[in-house]
Amino acid sequence: MKSLKKQRRIQIIVLAFVTLAISTGLIGYAMRDGINFFRSPSQVVQDPPAATEVFRIGGLVEEGSLIRGQGETVSFNVTDGGASVPVVFTGVLPDLFGENQGMVGMGKYVGGVFQATEILAKHDEEYMPKEVIDALKEQGVYEDPNS
Amino acid sequence: MSLWQYANPVKFLNLSGKVLPTLSVLTVICLVTGMYWGYFLTPDDYKQGSTVKIIYIHVPSALIAINAWFMMLVAALIWLIRRHHVSALAAKAASHVGVVMTLIALITGAFWGQPMWGTWWAWDPRLTSFLILFLFYLGYIALWSAIEDPDTAADLTSVLCIVGSVFAVLSRYAVNFWNQGLHQGATLSLDKEENISDVFYFPLLFCIAGFVLLFLVLTLVGTRAEIRNRRARALVAREKG
Repeated sequence: MKSLKKQRRIQIIVLAFVTLAISTGLIGYAMRDGINFFRSPSQVVQDPPAATEVFRIGGLVEEGSLIRGQGETVSFNVTDGGASVPVVFTGVLPDLFGENQGMVGMGKYVGGVFQATEILAKHDEEYMPKEVIDALKEQGVYEDPNS
Repeated sequence: MSLWQYANPVKFLNLSGKVLPTLSVLTVICLVTGMYWGYFLTPDDYKQGSTVKIIYIHVPSALIAINAWFMMLVAALIWLIRRHHVSALAAKAASHVGVVMTLIALITGAFWGQPMWGTWWAWDPRLTSFLILFLFYLGYIALWSAIEDPDTAADLTSVLCIVGSVFAVLSRYAVNFWNQGLHQGATLSLDKEENISDVFYFPLLFCIAGFVLLFLVLTLVGTRAEIRNRRARALVAREKG
């Protein structure tokens, strides 16, 4: 860089940015499936993975599908609006887990049922004071944005 | 009068010396107000309870971590094109602040993720690109001290800075490119309706302003130190002559 004229330095920098952008775009495009953290239920139903493959599935916990109280095991359906996949899980669930909440589970898809070994809760970007929600609920004004 | 006159180290030292006391006072005011307001005067969130208060450190530090790299990128480009030494030194000083902010964001993020998501760490696109950004900071700082000739060091670190900016961009926009991740989308954005209630929002603004000012103060102090350090070394070299 030292021996080059200013004009040429600018040209090299612009060229570097263009090639950098193109290569990043190509890598991102080629690896777009690998970079996604989880698969959606629609993807899983359309293209069912082998029973030995360990992957993550993510979506909303379908309303009315959550069944607790079979010992430590819980079962529920995960949905993305399009398709719905039944999930069974044995273990401790995170605090935010619940119906109509986002979740990401890791495990295997065996015989049409996703057998999860780990469940994470996904939360949205909304923040509201608890008192406000409680007051709104009392007045019957508040509607759950997820329902 | 042009902006470039502050590329002169003497003028830079004069001006920065004059504004630093005011900036420092403003930093303390913003940080104390924001932190006190955020931690003691805000209610619990309807889903997350009091865990939501990590937002007052996590969001500002992550914001600085990413934007410090963009500031370094601008400084590096000014160095590469116009060869102003102060610019190169400002990038170096900013990297030291940036790496700490990145580490703070990573640690507070882990403490937030553990109770909410159920995990300290996940290989989510946004988290992963942020970790890579942290490694770029470490590499950038290591490269500065690995090369003895100051101009060569400034050249090579500037190139590294250009490459690393890919991950600074990804850290910010990964949630938009790959929407199947664990990290939620941006809460604060200029183009959407607000997602955050005002009681959380205003203290957060104070915290963000405080962190931005803190970054400015530390970077200015760091740049001044680098300039003087270089002068001292030049003096020693002359003595040995």
